Amino acid sequence: MSWPDLAPLWLSVQLAGVTTALLLIIGTPLAWWLATTRNRLRPIIEAITALPLVLPPTVLGFYILIFLSPNSALGGLWRDATGTSLTFSFSGLVLASALYSLPFMVQPLQSAFEAVGRAPMEAAATLRARPLDAFFSVAVPLSKRGFLTGIVLSFAHTIGEFGVVLMVGGNIPGQTRVISIAIYEQVETLDYAQAHALSLILLVFSFSVLLVVYSLNRRAPVRVG
Amino acid sequence: MQINRRHLILASMASALAWPARAASGEALIAVATNFIRIAEQLKPDFEAISGHKIRLSSGSTGQLYGQILNGAPYDALLAADQARPALLQDSGRGHGALTYARGRLSLWRPEGALDEQSLRGDFAHLAIANPALAPYGFAAKETLLALGLWEPLQGRIVLGQNIGQAFALVASGNAELGLVAHSYALAGGESWPVPEALYAPIVQDAVLLGDNPAAADFLQYLRTSAAQAVITAAGYGEL
Repeated sequence: MSWPDLAPLWLSVQLAGVTTALLLIIGTPLAWWLATTRNRLRPIIEAITALPLVLPPTVLGFYILIFLSPNSALGGLWRDATGTSLTFSFSGLVLASALYSLPFMVQPLQSAFEAVGRAPMEAAATLRARPLDAFFSVAVPLSKRGFLTGIVLSFAHTIGEFGVVLMVGGNIPGQTRVISIAIYEQVETLDYAQAHALSLILLVFSFSVLLVVYSLNRRAPVRVG
Repeated sequence: MQINRRHLILASMASALAWPARAASGEALIAVATNFIRIAEQLKPDFEAISGHKIRLSSGSTGQLYGQILNGAPYDALLAADQARPALLQDSGRGHGALTYARGRLSLWRPEGALDEQSLRGDFAHLAIANPALAPYGFAAKETLLALGLWEPLQGRIVLGQNIGQAFALVASGNAELGLVAHSYALAGGESWPVPEALYAPIVQDAVLLGDNPAAADFLQYLRTSAAQAVITAAGYGEL
């Protein structure tokens, strides 16, 4: 058996890393707002955030194909700005994955922030901490497990992404041929040896990541400082 | 009026003679290469009316369907987009009675704007083709690009659909500017340039039986009738 081409695995890891970083930036303020607001729009935003959990990847893939196409407003704007199209590109996959994995970041963070409650933040405010300062020195450390869970679930969910990429990726080596697509193609072309090799690598990799995280999560004490 | 009725009687007598299996009407599940699925659906009511059989159709790329059959998919026949997979199925004893039902043609296609060979050398971001490893039309597209010396230069701009239908959809939705697709798809609208048949090996499409289902056997025979062949050539396929 020949050594499998590991480029798709590496591409998946990159995609999951970038997507998780992007989701941290977008998901943290969104989760904080959802956890603290009394706005009447909250249930609507919560429902929209949870949609990717319910919708089949084909629905997401279909809309992404329509809305990221160079003929659409968003895709056209991106094309004018960068000279490339969003579909069939790594950037497009990041955008699609961020949509697809959004609830996996927002929901654990929101629960963690809700568990922190108002009291510690109000205490920090009486000590004259500015809101942003209080957020980073009080709320974030208290929500450490929420962050860990959100990061791991977003990363893992993006590694396992398949249906959306199949619909909008175009299977381009080095850009959109992620590991799930590579394995699918190997199975379809009856190249079971390569499919076995890549699947086993992914299985061991995923298990190791989850094992490390769960071990850390158990041990890490919550410290506020 | 009278003539019409006489025609009807004659037609039903002819079909009764042509389809002795009518009394034992059966059901069959037919796997169809994506390029042919719309034509198969078009032929289905006529076949069911004259044979009394019922068929259900399931589509995918020839390679996908072949893989499914090797893994025990319950198809009674395969309408492939090549001769290679039906031959492999016959050689391994899984299939029998292969016959040619269509000759496929390849077209360069886009929704608007006239096309010719130079369009492939022009300024575009993406050209959609079906996956050459799975779909015979994708293989023909690869052969064409190799023959034109464009396969290597276009790497990174060629995007792959899982079958010819997905490749077509990627162009129709505006995500790829150009596509090398089945001529039958290109006829549906838009602009096309039929690729000269010298640039790729002929796409001879064979069907093969995967068991002893009489409805499937009758459907394969029906595909060779002049009525069915008229529909098939009108849909953009070459004469057999």
